[in-house]
Amino acid sequence: MPAPLVVVAVVALAVLVLPLVALVVRAPWAELPALVTSAPVLEALRLSLVTASIATAVCLALGVPLAMLLAHSADAPAPVRRLLRAAVTVPLLLPPVVGGIALLLLLGRRGLVGGWLAETWGVTIPFTTGAVVIAQVFVSMPFLVFAVEGALSGADRRVEQAAATLGASRWQVFRHMTLPLVAPGIAAGAVLCFTRALGEFGATITFAGSLPGVTRTLPVASYLALQSDPDEAIAIALVLLAVAVAVLLLLRDRWVPGVRA
Amino acid sequence: MTRRPRRGAAAAAASVALLTVGALGGCSGSGALTPGDLPAATITVFAAASLTESFEALAAEFEAAHPGVEVALSFGGSATLASQILEGAPADVFASADEATMRRVVDGGATAADPQIFATNALTLAVPAGNPGGVTGLADLADPGLAIALCAPEVPCGATAVSVLDAAGVTAAPDTLEQDVKAVLTRLVLGEADAGLVYRTDVIAAGDAVEQIEAEGTDAAVNAYPIAPVGAAETATAREFIAFVRSDAGQGVLADAGFGAP
Repeated sequence: MPAPLVVVAVVALAVLVLPLVALVVRAPWAELPALVTSAPVLEALRLSLVTASIATAVCLALGVPLAMLLAHSADAPAPVRRLLRAAVTVPLLLPPVVGGIALLLLLGRRGLVGGWLAETWGVTIPFTTGAVVIAQVFVSMPFLVFAVEGALSGADRRVEQAAATLGASRWQVFRHMTLPLVAPGIAAGAVLCFTRALGEFGATITFAGSLPGVTRTLPVASYLALQSDPDEAIAIALVLLAVAVAVLLLLRDRWVPGVRA
Repeated sequence: MTRRPRRGAAAAAASVALLTVGALGGCSGSGALTPGDLPAATITVFAAASLTESFEALAAEFEAAHPGVEVALSFGGSATLASQILEGAPADVFASADEATMRRVVDGGATAADPQIFATNALTLAVPAGNPGGVTGLADLADPGLAIALCAPEVPCGATAVSVLDAAGVTAAPDTLEQDVKAVLTRLVLGEADAGLVYRTDVIAAGDAVEQIEAEGTDAAVNAYPIAPVGAAETATAREFIAFVRSDAGQGVLADAGFGAP
């Protein structure tokens, strides 16, 4: 590796690491216990944990079948395959705020579906805890889908064929062969999905708003705390950073498979 | 990479990276004091979200009057901007939506001169065009059946809203507490909220999308907007811009936008 490239690599590393170092250095360690256990932070933490858990469950229920479809699409014509993959990839690359706007245009009170919901059933989705979950599902499901799909395409699928030739039904193959085969991938995907949901900010504030106990998650609370109490904002940021580091340790080398064309 | 990178490319990449780091470090230009015309310079103005339209107009006029001068504008919640300035953001001028937020910047030692009040603003009850919620007064903000958007109490428009609601004896039932007044306005423009408290200037800025409901008690608290030069390298250009905002021409632009005189 040429020396200038090493220099650039070190600069790149600094870009990634130094901000987090500053966060840890500037943290109000003495007041941290009091800050992290203050009522508004605990309320936001509780809401974040509940919504991110529900979002992860929804992602599992919807995402595993989608990952299987994606894995099976290897035999489909190229345009279909590419479209399917692009549909799953776009939310991953989209700025979350744009995702929030898109959700608003679909499910808002004047949205394509939201307008009908409001007029026919009197149901409004924005400003509800459900809206927080929907925003989190939108941004975090791709993580689960790609993790599971990676596990599927990396696994030895012949046991499935063997089971099928021995007379197992499709359901039996799925339950007793496919699921155990990709269980580690599902677990890793679920953890990544949960972490991404926990950190969701842009789509949440745009689509769900910000109300304590209802829609004000940890990242939203952190953003607002910067207005009045920067120390509180840093404390919340540290909580989220700790979660991210814990997830990293938990997953070790099982990183999310890249977006492959 | 498929082909072997050339040394020149690597060196270029290195210098770009270093330049980026240098730029991230922030460098505020200091204009030399020249009597008469201003030196070519870019000044960065941090202004409250409610000043968006009027300061865009003011900046354009200022640039037209001073060739070579560029005004870079950054709008946001006053409190957010104040935090950014106290953390060393490269601003030359700060215009806040209330005096308390400006005081934070002054106390933090970031202002180069005393803040001057240049405008006033009052809250008003606003609804989406057509008033779908049938809102008539401040009391409607307590209706749990309506979608209500207010500013969070931590930001200037929210602090003012608290004063207004307290004076009216109304306990609001908000559905969302936003970061700045433009976010509340957006909820109304999109029809996601039935009512909200925004500044009178915001209703004018939103055009036909939002209606103002004349309601008793919304003027109970009035915001005064202070402006001050910030940063160690206070420039003649920054001072000149502040003078322009407070001049007759500048005050005319603000009055057109719906601001009250200081």
